[in-house]
Amino acid sequence: MSNTSFIEEQDYTKKFDPGLFKKLFVRMRRHWKAMGFVALMMVVLAVTDVFIPLLTRHAIDNYIVVNEATQSLWPFILVYLVIIILQVASIFFFILVAGFIESRVNYDMRMLGFKKLQELPFSYYDRTSVGFLMSRLTSDVVHLAEAFGWGLVDLVWASIFLVSVTISMLIINWQLALLVLAVVPVLAIITAWFQKRILKAQREVRKINSRITGSFNEGIMGAKTTKTLVREEQNVAEFVDLTGTMKRAAIRAATLSALFMPLVIAVSSIASALVLGEGASRVLGGVISLGTLTAFVSYSVQFFHPIRDIAAAFSELQRIQAAAERVVSLLETEPDIKDTPEVVARYGDNFHPKRENWESITGEVEFRDVTFRYKDGEEVLRNFNLKVKPGETIAIVGPTGAGKSTIVNLLCRFYEPTQGSILIDGKDYRERSQLWLQSSLGYVLQEPHLFSGTVMDNLRYAHPEASEEDAMRAAKLVNADAFIQKMDKGYDTPVGEGGSRLSTGEKQLISFARAILHNPRLFVLDEATSSVDTETEVMIQHAIEQTLAGRTSFIIAHRLSTIRKADRILLLEDGVITEEGKHEELLKKRGGYYKLYTNQFREEAASQVLGKGKSKE
Amino acid sequence: MKKRKHHLMWTLIKENARYFLGAALLTVISVLLGFFTPAILAEVLDNYLQGMPSRLPGFVANWVNSLGGREFMRANLWIPGVAIVAISVVSGACNFLKGRLTAIGSERSARRLRNDLYSHLQELSFSYHSKTPTGDLVQRCTQDVDTARRFFAMQLLNIVDALMMVGIALALLIPISLKITMISLMIMPLLFLFAWQFFKLVVKAYRTADEAEGHMTTVMQENLTGVRVVRAFGQAQREIEKFDKAAGDTRDKFIKLSWLDAIYWSTGDLMGMVQTLLTLVFCLMEARAGRISVGDIVVFTSYIGMLLWPVRNLGRILSQGGRAMVSLNRIDEVLRQKPEQDTEGAITPPLSGDIVFENVNFQYDEGGEVLRDLSFTIRSGQTAAILGATGSGKSSIALLLQRLYAPQSGRITIGGHDINQVARKHLRSRVGLVLQEPFLYSKTIYDNIRIAAPDATRAMVEEAAQDAQALEFIEESEKGWETMVGERGVTLSGGQKQRVAIARTLLKDNDILIFDDSLSAVDTTTDARIREALARRSENVTTIIISHRILTLSQADVIFVLEDGRIKDAGNHSELINRPGLYQRIHQIQSGLADELQAHTSQEQINE
Repeated sequence: MSNTSFIEEQDYTKKFDPGLFKKLFVRMRRHWKAMGFVALMMVVLAVTDVFIPLLTRHAIDNYIVVNEATQSLWPFILVYLVIIILQVASIFFFILVAGFIESRVNYDMRMLGFKKLQELPFSYYDRTSVGFLMSRLTSDVVHLAEAFGWGLVDLVWASIFLVSVTISMLIINWQLALLVLAVVPVLAIITAWFQKRILKAQREVRKINSRITGSFNEGIMGAKTTKTLVREEQNVAEFVDLTGTMKRAAIRAATLSALFMPLVIAVSSIASALVLGEGASRVLGGVISLGTLTAFVSYSVQFFHPIRDIAAAFSELQRIQAAAERVVSLLETEPDIKDTPEVVARYGDNFHPKRENWESITGEVEFRDVTFRYKDGEEVLRNFNLKVKPGETIAIVGPTGAGKSTIVNLLCRFYEPTQGSILIDGKDYRERSQLWLQSSLGYVLQEPHLFSGTVMDNLRYAHPEASEEDAMRAAKLVNADAFIQKMDKGYDTPVGEGGSRLSTGEKQLISFARAILHNPRLFVLDEATSSVDTETEVMIQHAIEQTLAGRTSFIIAHRLSTIRKADRILLLEDGVITEEGKHEELLKKRGGYYKLYTNQFREEAASQVLGKGKSKE
Repeated sequence: MKKRKHHLMWTLIKENARYFLGAALLTVISVLLGFFTPAILAEVLDNYLQGMPSRLPGFVANWVNSLGGREFMRANLWIPGVAIVAISVVSGACNFLKGRLTAIGSERSARRLRNDLYSHLQELSFSYHSKTPTGDLVQRCTQDVDTARRFFAMQLLNIVDALMMVGIALALLIPISLKITMISLMIMPLLFLFAWQFFKLVVKAYRTADEAEGHMTTVMQENLTGVRVVRAFGQAQREIEKFDKAAGDTRDKFIKLSWLDAIYWSTGDLMGMVQTLLTLVFCLMEARAGRISVGDIVVFTSYIGMLLWPVRNLGRILSQGGRAMVSLNRIDEVLRQKPEQDTEGAITPPLSGDIVFENVNFQYDEGGEVLRDLSFTIRSGQTAAILGATGSGKSSIALLLQRLYAPQSGRITIGGHDINQVARKHLRSRVGLVLQEPFLYSKTIYDNIRIAAPDATRAMVEEAAQDAQALEFIEESEKGWETMVGERGVTLSGGQKQRVAIARTLLKDNDILIFDDSLSAVDTTTDARIREALARRSENVTTIIISHRILTLSQADVIFVLEDGRIKDAGNHSELINRPGLYQRIHQIQSGLADELQAHTSQEQINE
């Protein structure tokens, strides 16, 4: 299991790795054309940008200084208008298309990631927190898409502009051009020095910022608990410390940035001064025209823009390298549980099932020599064998950590055995598709998850086509109807985010009804009714008896009342079945089950004998 | 909600007035300096190069003349160059200081907002947190704060900047030529109006796009948290379709925004460039007529360049200011929620006395009555148990006892003190409550257990963990006590979480202990051990246990049977099993098994 805060913050100091971006670039092949178009627009923009000072120079030299009143202004105006149109058009198109690319790359990467997540097995989710995955598909993808759309814009414009200005200056007057260019190395050094430090400082700020977000999250989600523990003041003190650190780091970063720009402008003003001093004396000497001088002055002012942009684009790439790394690693994760190509060919994949080829499940289950360990964990099961007849109800009891949930997780193929095999209807389940099995499962968990939407939406989660009557019948069967009817909008009451408006017991009932409506061949109840009151549970018992008739089912429960009617009870200790049989048989054995079972009323019996509630000691 | 006298934005600006005012002053200086460079350029072009009369202000002109006038300057053309560099150095220094002051002002505002929000959220009531979605609050605390911070850091002073620019440019240009000034600034109001109107549109489009994105995030989050359910029902395909729809919608909304962006920026540029051309052409015509000089052209074109950008930006600044206002309003909405407050003269009595509920009526904000005319007494030091169906009001009793909610009518007293008079924090620190679904902090297990008792020693922590039956799994885990839990750590099972929560509650000093179905996720043996330890540990502590398990309830001194918010029956185990009612029924269900077993046993005895 990983600690996401570390993953979030590590790897910032790594060297720039172009290969990573190449991988993403190749995956985004379908946007190359659009990107090419944007680049073209930027070339047009940069070249026309260079022309404008030239036009002004032309106007000054030809229309005023020479003072030929006969020369018409119209050619000048026309050329200028053409340039304006070219510029406006290229600005319009590059913004539009870069925006398209950004939105589409965003979408494409998210879909790729989301699809991948739907294939990855539970073991992946055990190691990776939801928050971590969320930020992969939100902020990381957003940063990358932005780079795809706009990174190119800055880079192409800046380099073309730089080159064009240099050429233009060299053509007009190479001596003055060299004066301007002399400042470039100084600018480059300053830029490199600052960008590095600014980047580092901003990284620090972001790191602290993500901690602040985490603290807010915790402060809000844990607010109730904080109250019950009277922890408010300490929490606030810790938080105030954090925001203090944030303030200092943010001011440091902003100060660096505030220093950078004025410095660059001051340095480039040296170029302007040099050009002005040298150029003016050349004008006096009659070597160059007045217009040339003004054009050079504008160039010297504009020159630092592209240098800054190029530096910014590179530091942006470095900044998002970590994001690229995380997205690529998500996209390249191979699921440990995967249907073989033969299986996919016959049964279809998770997204395109070929239901017509699916065999119906009769419900015979066999664990054959199954050994299992979680990733980097100890063995949970070793050479585990179990044969279940179709329609049999199997109850699994045993202490916490004995491997009860592991067995049902393996059965559902959320995990696969490390060794050995699991057979369903006599055939290794790996020879059929995951979806084939999982479509026939009714799986009810101890911590039930509901989706936002109404009660009805949740009941019909797997079967939106089911009629309301059927859904209500399922709800009645598990005794959920009563409390649902009591809610202000009955079945149309929204359950809130993750079912937050309902109690755990209520959520369990709804998720139970949801499973019943699914009409599965295999039923798995993992502590499914632990938070339901006893009378309701009895009703559920009856419901189970009715609905489970003829279906193979696995029940895990602490409450023995839940399991005593099972066809077979397995007592599991440290991954081994130590006792097995019907309730009565196991009681007769006077073994572990008997002990577990009698515990429940031994104390009770004692208290009855001892009389009034003195049994506390 | 409390009403605030001024808008939160104003409060923040006022609080950091010295930074923002200082920055504004520096802005004025640097804007002024910015106008000198083109003027120097014009002087060189017109006076020194073309022999036109100087336009320098009197005293500077006098000084130049004393040096030797035009001829001297022609021979020393480095002087204007140095002047340009000097100006950019001074204005650079101003800009740097302005940047730093703005950063200090905006970061101070942000910190203040964050601290206020955080501490306010800690003080807001239980019911507020129950009904407010986490995601929304987190967004207000992070993104809205950031929007406000960015406005202070980047936009606020740009308003000063733009206004100054326009003012000074007008003052300088009009003396040169009123006509050209009018023509040069012709498009400005139009540009400004266009920018403003358009940005309003863009902001609206942004909002819908953001909403679409928010929806997409929710779909994603639900899918990922519910991944087991999705998989178990084989719904991956439908989830992908659902996500595709949300992500596609987001994409389309952002593409629409790209259209607006493209139209906005290109039209703005078009207007700006046409304006420049117009000015240039008029300047040229005026120059031909001999009314203005080349230097004037340089001055005009550079001033217009300097003006276009800020004016165009002004629209953006104002609409982003609008956005910042909205964000600050959203923040203010949270800050104006009334926090829990103790009445004046709240008392802090010892809370080891009897707990008495007198005719308590209670209902949540939304929804029907939960407790109706409820009265009961729990004697000091007793262990009381509460049994009731789901929704019968058991948890409400626990929440009322910590004053997390208040009853609509009736009275709750502890040791004769109405708890409404008792300071909340005092009450809560003396009443230990273990919630059904406890929250663990992103800290180590060790720190989590110590969280309510920071003075506890290692031995005390271990003892509490031992009593809560948590020691074993803690010490067996890979990193032991240093295991990180919570959001960013390992996921504990429901039973493990409950035991850590019990341990941390046991560690603090309690007069009253309440377990709100906090043992539901542990097996019966562990349950029994915990209760055993509890009995040993908290002999004089009044204990209330809420549970469905008869076994857990049976040893209590008094058991209350709650039905529909009323006490239906009360008594100890042996009394209750002997009269018809919920307790007896449940007992029969749960221990009908016992008879069965006894039957077994006697059968065997007969057989023997």
